[in-house]
Amino acid sequence: MHEIIWHGRGGQGVVVGAQILAEAAYLQGFKGVTSAPTFGPERRGAPLTASTRISDEPIRTFSQIEFADIAVVLDSSLLGVVDIQSSIKEGGIFIINTNLNPGQIKIKKGLKLACIDAAKIALKHRLVKEGAPIVNTPLLGAFARASNLISLTYLEQGLKWKLSPQVAAGNILALKEAYEQTIIIEN
Amino acid sequence: MDNVQIMTGNTAAAIAAKLCNIQVVAAYPITPQTSLTETLSQFIESGELKAEYVRVESEHSALTVCISASTVGARVFTSTSSHGLLYMHEQLHWAAGSRLPIVMCCVNRGVGAPWSIFNDQQDSVAQRDTGWIQIYCRDNQEILDSVIQAYRIAEEVYAPVMVCYDGFVLSHTMMPVSIPDQKAVNSFLPPYKPHTVLSVENPYNINPVIFPWLRENAEGIICDGYMEMRYKLQKALDCAREVIVATGKKYAKLTGRNYDEMLWRYKTDDAQIILTGMGSIAMEATAAVDQLRKDGVKAGVAGIRVFRPFPVNDVRKAFSKAQTIIVLEKDISYGYEGALCSDIKAALYGTGINVPVHNFIAGLGGRDVKVREIFEAVQQSLQEIAAGKESNKTIWLNCRK
Amino acid sequence: MKNRDKNISAMSTPAIAEGGKTGDWRDMRPVIDQKKCIPSIKGKAACYLCWLYCPEGVVKAAIPVKIDLDYCKGCGICAEECPAQAITMIKEVDDNG
Repeated sequence: MHEIIWHGRGGQGVVVGAQILAEAAYLQGFKGVTSAPTFGPERRGAPLTASTRISDEPIRTFSQIEFADIAVVLDSSLLGVVDIQSSIKEGGIFIINTNLNPGQIKIKKGLKLACIDAAKIALKHRLVKEGAPIVNTPLLGAFARASNLISLTYLEQGLKWKLSPQVAAGNILALKEAYEQTIIIEN
Repeated sequence: MDNVQIMTGNTAAAIAAKLCNIQVVAAYPITPQTSLTETLSQFIESGELKAEYVRVESEHSALTVCISASTVGARVFTSTSSHGLLYMHEQLHWAAGSRLPIVMCCVNRGVGAPWSIFNDQQDSVAQRDTGWIQIYCRDNQEILDSVIQAYRIAEEVYAPVMVCYDGFVLSHTMMPVSIPDQKAVNSFLPPYKPHTVLSVENPYNINPVIFPWLRENAEGIICDGYMEMRYKLQKALDCAREVIVATGKKYAKLTGRNYDEMLWRYKTDDAQIILTGMGSIAMEATAAVDQLRKDGVKAGVAGIRVFRPFPVNDVRKAFSKAQTIIVLEKDISYGYEGALCSDIKAALYGTGINVPVHNFIAGLGGRDVKVREIFEAVQQSLQEIAAGKESNKTIWLNCRK
Repeated sequence: MKNRDKNISAMSTPAIAEGGKTGDWRDMRPVIDQKKCIPSIKGKAACYLCWLYCPEGVVKAAIPVKIDLDYCKGCGICAEECPAQAITMIKEVDDNG
């Protein structure tokens, strides 16, 4: 079973990102997928997480993820607020939306780091809501590249499932561009 | 063809209610139930579901509207959580006493004080003795399937059914759910035939004062006293066992999903240690069982699907070979133990099954119950029992004392 | 053996005597003086305030006005309301008798 935690702030599309990933995984043939928000009230701007579980067998575990195989960070300002790395399993993947060079980010030994300037890609493709770039889609592209778990084809279908055709078009371009631009460092 | 969609538990419940062609919805929003009634109101607004959505000012009124609508022959639906359910308490008795086949979803949430919006099952377990059939769901597929079966059960035995599922844990978690097509549901669920229909042409007084004694009416017919009425309700719930199993089997033919027992089993055939519980905690326990088995512990899960009527015979059968029983539950009968634990022990009384029972009180007010925690707690219980320590014990799981 | 009600929930139909004969609850009985009663004097439907006010519906709006003593509980409202003071409440049983 692959356990993925999404870190972001309320309103950034964390929950929807987790959902689209689950949908894409199911379409790709994984029998077990779940996606869940942090349980409780929804608060714009507050740090929050969402989770996606992906498995070959139907999932029977609905508790919160303790240690993730993959952590996706939508907002790099969270790195100073939440200790994300310690909740990633040994050998896990750490995917960050950042305009920093991967070399500038300190990470624990044994983790794989994937960096993508998701905000830049989102702005380029006008993925903007209430003035802020919506970075979940570019991060899905980075996820595909870094994890090799879900292919772009199914992520594209997942976007089409969740979004209206007009909105999906820009998102698909952003997905592909992010896939190409993701920089990966094995540590 | 299977139409599988990824959805939350609340969406699954709303889709199921729509497939059952409900005619009246009356509900009041409360976390974590809200998105269920929102989805239903969208179905009605868009015309996908031809039903009347009655907006009310409280849960008490919501159930009262359902009672009235059911009395004049409509198929009705409501849903609530926690304090909303407790506010309905009086009308829960009224619905059951009037023998109305109302179906309600209780999206399980802890009860204040202190305030909690998070999941446990204290709300519905506290309504155990209101005369409602109670079904607990382990995943979102079971939510959809249980709501559809609930109407058939309710309309056959003329008793209301509460479909309970864990707030947030299931209500807000998305997972694949297979949706049967409308034709299949129509063939499974015949139209609602009320046992009496209140109408202008045939006026009568429903639920007048009933005396302790029998009464001869104006036509010389002997009418029941209060005790006879209560006996009939008890008998209805007793008979419901057979109906629930028959309905489950019929549903299995339709969908291929098995509901032929009032409980479900996971690796119980050779199990010496049987874990039990209701809802998602029992599902979580199956993952703990996988780990226990890797450790050489022959464990299994018997998940209680129907809590009322209590599946006495199923429990006796499922636990007949158990050497240790672990009851996991998200409720507590203060001053004693978990309500399910008492029922299980009572069902086994006099059967010769006299084995250690450890009762885990877990996940109250949304405290996460992880597979690892269940696994470790079971290991510890087994060690204590092997060492000849307390064989009957209530353990507060993951709680600072 | 009398028939038993088959309803699974409690109900009663509107019928005379559904609650049993209530006339024996009465210790005062209304007696109408037809010489004062307005419909009797006029020989046509009139007044009928006793019929309107009777909480038990046991007054028959006829000429002459009749009260069903099988069900009249003897409350005296008809006597109180009668504008012609044609109704008198008298003791059912004479204590001296």
